[in-house]
Amino acid sequence: MDKHIDIQLSALPLDPVHAENFVHHPSAGGIVHFVGTVRNQTQSKEVIRLEFEAYESMALKELKKIAVHVCGQWPVQKIAIHHRVGVVNVGGVAVVISVSCPHRKDAFEACAYAIDKLKETVPIWKKEIYKDGEIWVSAHP
Amino acid sequence: MKVKIIAFGIARDILYGSELVMEIRDGSTIRDLRRILVRQYPELEKLRHFSFAIEDNYQDENYPIKDNQEIVILPPVAGG
Repeated sequence: MDKHIDIQLSALPLDPVHAENFVHHPSAGGIVHFVGTVRNQTQSKEVIRLEFEAYESMALKELKKIAVHVCGQWPVQKIAIHHRVGVVNVGGVAVVISVSCPHRKDAFEACAYAIDKLKETVPIWKKEIYKDGEIWVSAHP
Repeated sequence: MKVKIIAFGIARDILYGSELVMEIRDGSTIRDLRRILVRQYPELEKLRHFSFAIEDNYQDENYPIKDNQEIVILPPVAGG
């Protein structure tokens, strides 16, 4: 199973091509990529940059769990999940998820599941930095 | 017994540091630790929620804490 899964936390800029290359497979008929990028505003506040922090050993483990679960639920050939830590500027790539399956429908579903689950369970936090302040995203009700 | 608390994200700001050693009663559970922490750091209660992890796994409230364990406070996650 493991050679079908590529999990990375990176302090360096992510290149979505690496995830794409990893998931190429001769029996894949559909590859879906999700690339999460940093928006320049949130609720009308201008965002300057994001700072990601991870509890790395557990984050890697939780990302792996998601990938293994996805491989069990859908006929996934390969899956790559790459996430940034550290500072990501506006327009920068925060996360890349690539999934290859024999058919596109499964690839879409598997990829959507993976990003939704990542946002729920993986111990990664982000701070939004504005011109006039900063906030830990989702921390408060 | 002694435990080491490790805090990330906003929890680190609330605890004024990423690590803290605390003395708690033998036989304490995660639920007991949560109560102690909230009493000491009321800002924690304003969070949407917070969880605990030991050895890289989420732990539930009934988990019996052992001497010298490292316990990680996980404020609401926000990856992606």
